[in-house]
Amino acid sequence: MDVQTWTFAIVGLTFALYIGIALRTRAGSTKDFYVAGGGVPPLANGMATAADWMSAASFISMAGLISFMGYDGSVYLMGWTGGYVLLALLLAPYLRKFGRFTVPDFVGDRYASSAARLVAVVCAIFVSFTYVAGQMRGVGVVFGRFLEVEVQTGVVIGMAIVLVYAVLGGMKGITYTQVAQFCVLIFAFMVPAVFIAILMTGTVIPQIGFGGELQGALGDAITGGERVSLLAKLDGLHEELGFAPYTSGAKSVIDVFCITMALMVGTAGLPHVIVRFYTVPRVRDARVSAGWALLFIAILYTSAPAVAAFARTNLIAAVEGAPYAATAEAADERAAVPPWFKNWEDTGLIAWIDKDGDGRIRYRSGPAFDGKLSYLTGPDDPSGRGSSGERLVGNAPSAGDNELYIDKDIMVLANPEIAALPDWVIALVAAGGLAAALSTAAGLLLVISTAVSHDLLKRTLAPGISDRRELLAARLSATAAVIAAGYLGIHPPGFVGEVVAFAFGLAASSFFPAILMGIFSRRMNKYGAVAGMVCGMGFTAAYIVYFKFVAPDANTVENWWLGISPEGIGTLGMIINFAVAIPIAMLTPPPDKAVQALVSDIRVPAGAGEASAH
Amino acid sequence: MDQADPDRHDPTEAAAFDAAGYWRANLKVVGILLSIWFAVSFGAGILFARPLNAVELPGTGFPLGFWFAQQGSIYTFVVLIFVYVGVMNRLDRRFGVSED
Repeated sequence: MDVQTWTFAIVGLTFALYIGIALRTRAGSTKDFYVAGGGVPPLANGMATAADWMSAASFISMAGLISFMGYDGSVYLMGWTGGYVLLALLLAPYLRKFGRFTVPDFVGDRYASSAARLVAVVCAIFVSFTYVAGQMRGVGVVFGRFLEVEVQTGVVIGMAIVLVYAVLGGMKGITYTQVAQFCVLIFAFMVPAVFIAILMTGTVIPQIGFGGELQGALGDAITGGERVSLLAKLDGLHEELGFAPYTSGAKSVIDVFCITMALMVGTAGLPHVIVRFYTVPRVRDARVSAGWALLFIAILYTSAPAVAAFARTNLIAAVEGAPYAATAEAADERAAVPPWFKNWEDTGLIAWIDKDGDGRIRYRSGPAFDGKLSYLTGPDDPSGRGSSGERLVGNAPSAGDNELYIDKDIMVLANPEIAALPDWVIALVAAGGLAAALSTAAGLLLVISTAVSHDLLKRTLAPGISDRRELLAARLSATAAVIAAGYLGIHPPGFVGEVVAFAFGLAASSFFPAILMGIFSRRMNKYGAVAGMVCGMGFTAAYIVYFKFVAPDANTVENWWLGISPEGIGTLGMIINFAVAIPIAMLTPPPDKAVQALVSDIRVPAGAGEASAH
Repeated sequence: MDQADPDRHDPTEAAAFDAAGYWRANLKVVGILLSIWFAVSFGAGILFARPLNAVELPGTGFPLGFWFAQQGSIYTFVVLIFVYVGVMNRLDRRFGVSED
């Protein structure tokens, strides 16, 4: 069987599995639809949370991103895992005891204010849409690359699958499909990771090979038999080629600090993650399922940096100084670039400009050309090929020495090919990428539909609505959300990549402080909380909009306030939120008796079952 | 509000739940664990990463600061949550608010 047949078989099989699970777990009530009836076992919830959390970006792009950023990539590793400690210790148990359905529910009830509820609804919808558009796009891209289906068709197939299990099963259907999707995605990530660890370091466990010496089939070829640790070799290669050292990076300490903090706090404040802790039976289950979730996430998040370092070392060794074409005079001293180089050039993820005309690839720091990559012609047109046979680009060459452009996604996608793994592994990676994208998309779509049918309709516009009609409204809004997300996936607004910083910054500067103070301070009232959210969010949004949209050219270290990039500004936004909220709460009357009783109640675990019954 | 010291809490009085004592014990646990959380990630992994990189993690090729940033902090996070779960379950039983 060839790669494509394998891919159709494996992807088809996993899709049939997801639909089968969905048909068995239909939602009968709004409680089923919103929080899976509150009866999910903690281990299953941990897996579902992990799948929900690990998106197409975690699966496909993160290892590549770290590969190019080295130490600086640690912001994602620590940022997207450390948030679970905050979640487990500061939010999850108390929100479970509170026991309603959504984040706006808590904000609205705790501050007894429909204004606060509305601010929370708008934030939840905005954050979730930002995210979901990227997931749908991810589905389309995986289909396009592995199954040679048009991106649009791919998005439509993805939409149809999500529609079936999200609309039919709600949170209940999503949770159990996510358990299956977690298994698929973690297996698909780990198989190539283990193979490449064996090839590069002769060790089965990537996390150990990461700190080991280069040996094994590829490793020995790189060192020529010399015994040297992988990271020392990589730092050496970086130094030779003029890159910042791999293990210490280029970003300033304050920027790394602020980005990591913003991502951690943002993670803890993201509505689709928080809502998962409403689905377990007891407070103690909420605590332990955060632990399981992080354990399952950590499997991928500790392997990804190892894969990143393996791929980076192998890439530099295979490509730097290698001739593009295997000609007779070149062959005696240096092997030509490997076949995967040309395959991915045809796909459009690699480009080479032979600036000095020597027919050899020169890989240095800095961009190879100006602007966004555009080839002169399609891969099959010989008129768009240069003297060595490379695809010519229409971009003007940059002033620097570097001749090579490599898309970061290639690190995970091309790994099976680089390591010459069997075809079924390549098919597995496609199925894993789809599982990661679909599971995250479904969780986000549920937040959007719940925000409309529950927070907006039931709690604000039509409080008297029956459970059956609310369930129907939830299903309709889920359908509408899927279609809107699919549209955004097919016609992605150019700013999708730019607004990811927005999602985390927004969550860090609005939700997290409001929820935290709602639990840990009895004195915090609606005036303080709303003012804090508006100021924190306003400041963060203004800073990001200014540097990303108003004056993108000024987005450099010299112009940043205190040297903090837009990605990290949510940290400052959060501090502003606290600094505004606390004095205002002190100067205004304390919350009434009912709210104070609510705070006392959520601080104690016993009785969570009763609390969720109303 | 009862301000009794949580360490002197008498288990025979479980019926009269010591809310303030429970909350103070809870804050102490959270405070200690979050200090460790901060020390491994922001401390060893970021603020002191450069000086720590001069040393290697014994037996491996990892510069220490780099290891904390890309591996050690994540392992520690997982352990912290499970320690929290264990300590809180004991605390719940001691104050008679366990859900069992």
